[in-house]
Amino acid sequence: MYSEKVMDHFMNPRNMGEIENADGIGEVGNPVCGDIMKISLKIEDNRIVDARFKTFGCGAAIASSSMATELVKGKTLEEAWEVSNKAVAEALEGLPPIKMHCSVLAEEGIHKAINEYRIKNGLEPWEEKTPYGEHTPGDGA
Amino acid sequence: MEKKRLVYMDHAATTMTHSEVVRTMMPYLNERFGNPSSIYGIAHESKEAIESARQKVAKALGADAQEIYFTAGGTESDNWALKGVAFANKKKGNHIITTKIEHHAVLHTCQYLEKQGFEVTYLPVDAYGIVDLSELEKAITDQTILISVMYANNEIGTIQPIAEIGKIASEHEIYFHTDAVQAIGNIPIDVEAANIDLLSFSAHKFYGPKGIGGLYIRKGTRIDNLLHGGGQERKRRAGTENIAGIVGLGKAIELATADIDSHNLRIRAMRDRLLAGILGQIPHTRLNGHQEKRLPGNLNISFEYIEGESMLLLLDQYGICGSTGSACTSGSLEPSHVLLAIGLPHEIAHGSLRLTLGDANREEDVDCVLEVLPKVVERLRSMSPLYRPDQ
Ligand SMILES: Cc1ncc(COP(=O)(O)O)c(C=O)c1O
Ligand SMILES: [Zn+2]
Repeated sequence: MYSEKVMDHFMNPRNMGEIENADGIGEVGNPVCGDIMKISLKIEDNRIVDARFKTFGCGAAIASSSMATELVKGKTLEEAWEVSNKAVAEALEGLPPIKMHCSVLAEEGIHKAINEYRIKNGLEPWEEKTPYGEHTPGDGA
Repeated sequence: MEKKRLVYMDHAATTMTHSEVVRTMMPYLNERFGNPSSIYGIAHESKEAIESARQKVAKALGADAQEIYFTAGGTESDNWALKGVAFANKKKGNHIITTKIEHHAVLHTCQYLEKQGFEVTYLPVDAYGIVDLSELEKAITDQTILISVMYANNEIGTIQPIAEIGKIASEHEIYFHTDAVQAIGNIPIDVEAANIDLLSFSAHKFYGPKGIGGLYIRKGTRIDNLLHGGGQERKRRAGTENIAGIVGLGKAIELATADIDSHNLRIRAMRDRLLAGILGQIPHTRLNGHQEKRLPGNLNISFEYIEGESMLLLLDQYGICGSTGSACTSGSLEPSHVLLAIGLPHEIAHGSLRLTLGDANREEDVDCVLEVLPKVVERLRSMSPLYRPDQ
């Protein structure tokens, strides 16, 4: 049911863990819907120099966290903000339609972590697309 | 690398067809292909084979052969029992009583009947998954035409007080249907003693083939047909018979019910050793369902702080097959309705693992799971933002 890439990131997750004294932290999802993701970022000169995740969730949620942290590492905050859940799913060589909501969580986690950093540093938070944790499965969004 | 042995612990999902069953079926897939409705010799052979299988089923259930009807499996039988009784008795009443923990073959059929104007009461269950008989009594009205309670639950293995429910139903002169799909071969069944009017069964759950099952219908029960067409099954279930399937079902039920107790002794012992090992080795773990009133091969365990599907994926890497009540395998955001009905919080329901043992298992499978599972749980907990090691 999962692509080889998903299974690879599930079996060998990249960037698993938490950054101590992280510059931005985003925790999204809730135990009721079955996926929770915690993203922590190390940011230097407006650039993400390290990204880590901890995830409670299915195979797709864990693989999406792993891939999302890979994709944003090294990017400026502006570039990282543009990493969509679609990009995460594509980099994973696709997700089953009912699992797309798990990749949404990764995008939300990154956004929340970036905004937490911005607020902490006296910057305007950027506008987020969806309220955290409120997503429906299979809507492709 | 040496090929790993498959550790199949999903017997509640389906079972491997017994080799003796396959052997019995083979002739009916080639030389004995005759349509039992025809007039010539090979047609006779087919007809006799069907009737002999019917006898075997009747014997296993304590029924009369004329009360057994073959269907395409548990789903069709449940649909037939519920829709058939509802539509045939709607002048008498429009109320049906069932439980919150039935299989979807019953629940979705009930939801359909609600759209057709019937009223359905979904009885709650206690923390172990057992229906409360006083709640059942209270739910009965003069409109109640049918009570449907499953014999044993497919997820948590809980066995219901079927004889008591049958007694209540018969005292109120209400038809009683039970989905016994998980019970055959695990619990001795006697439709007379338990006052059962309709009983669903499915061959692939007791080492028979898939796509074949049946419905016991007590003589005199008012029930409409579900499938309309030819005059097969004494004009009650149209469609050319799945002869090989029926023959296989007959053989399978004979084998599965020949000596239920000693057969299950081995499986129950392995299950109990597995349970003790898991609860002993892995903290923050609990058994779902009832300790004793439980199918002999069933284990359903929740592991806190982790999610079921990822557990299954990792177990699969070791050749271990299980199942889960987590939402992410069901395609909805809701975890198993059964686990919610016994009162589990969502996050605990998401972390459930069902292992169902059966004929495929040996002691070494238990050893294998006891070696692998603690590592799998530990690994996922180390990834979980909910878990603090000092908890
Ligand atoms: C309790 C119960 N009822 C009904 C069914 C459906 O049976 P079948 O797969 O034969 O349609 C199942 C099988 O999953 C079951 O476990
Ligand atoms: Zn998920």
